[in-house]
Amino acid sequence: MIFATVGTQLPFDRLLLAVDTWAAMNSDVPVLAQTGRTATRYAHLTATPQMDQSRFADCVAQARVIVAHAGMGTILSAIEAGKPVILMPRRADLGEHRNDHQRDTAAEMAALSNVTVVEDSAALCSAISAALSRSNDPGLVARSGVASARLLDAVRDFIWSEDGRPVHATAASSRPLRA
Amino acid sequence: MTLSSPSIRPRRRVLAVASGGGHWVQLLRLRPAFDGADIHYATVDATARAMVSPAPVYLYPDANKDTKLRLIVSALTLAVIVLRVRPHVVISTGAAGGYLAIRIARLIGARTVFIDSIANTRQLSVSARLAQRVAHLVLSQWPAVAEATGADYRGAVL
Repeated sequence: MIFATVGTQLPFDRLLLAVDTWAAMNSDVPVLAQTGRTATRYAHLTATPQMDQSRFADCVAQARVIVAHAGMGTILSAIEAGKPVILMPRRADLGEHRNDHQRDTAAEMAALSNVTVVEDSAALCSAISAALSRSNDPGLVARSGVASARLLDAVRDFIWSEDGRPVHATAASSRPLRA
Repeated sequence: MTLSSPSIRPRRRVLAVASGGGHWVQLLRLRPAFDGADIHYATVDATARAMVSPAPVYLYPDANKDTKLRLIVSALTLAVIVLRVRPHVVISTGAAGGYLAIRIARLIGARTVFIDSIANTRQLSVSARLAQRVAHLVLSQWPAVAEATGADYRGAVL
């Protein structure tokens, strides 16, 4: 099964229509899509506007390949499950988001071994086929579901610091609060 | 869970606040750091409850700077949540609701930390920039962003 997800906040037809095209040519592979609110009908996808968190986790677990906008929730879930994930970042110039931060996110996440970043529909379709052929790759292992030790230590220190003052004061926080 | 053990009494009430999607997933990756604290969550999606059970989860309406009316409802709901939990510490991974919770929690003397999303690779989010005026600690997950904005860097969720 291929799982496509574009988050719940904004529609993303460019991605879903490309996945729909791929699904039309590969009818032996079921494609499940979480589409957000959209009026578009996708003939070859099993579409649902949104799903609850446990269903989302099940879909990630069962998918052979995940196709998504460059949203961190999906990227982190895919990494934790050790799944190949293809990212198509949303573009502000096409009205797909308020700004281009997804392109920056995708560029940084491309360094991860299970992440492929694509910019257009043709690249997306060939990336799905390529990812399917390596979905049994032993190099794709599930990764830890927790933050780096350094960040966990910083949060722990912050919670347990004895006095009422910050553990690591910054210039901003040493100013008196104007409330 | 250590909370139920009588030998370790909770000495810190922590309110952890995150919107949906990536903000919530990043908050979950911090969970080992909450061990031993009396942890309460606030988020926008009721189906998140099952993922942190049995910790209490409070809900507030999602909003951003483009949905001003909902932002007001969010702020009022978060005020009720903060006054009910009376946290010693507030931790947020964003977005707007996290900033609002921090701002309200400062009024009752809580210590507050805002961790900007790892998605913000080039600049701080609007919420993080606002949080810099009120939170005790604002973290970016990218060293270069921290350097350029006066935020701190202490590692990342990945």
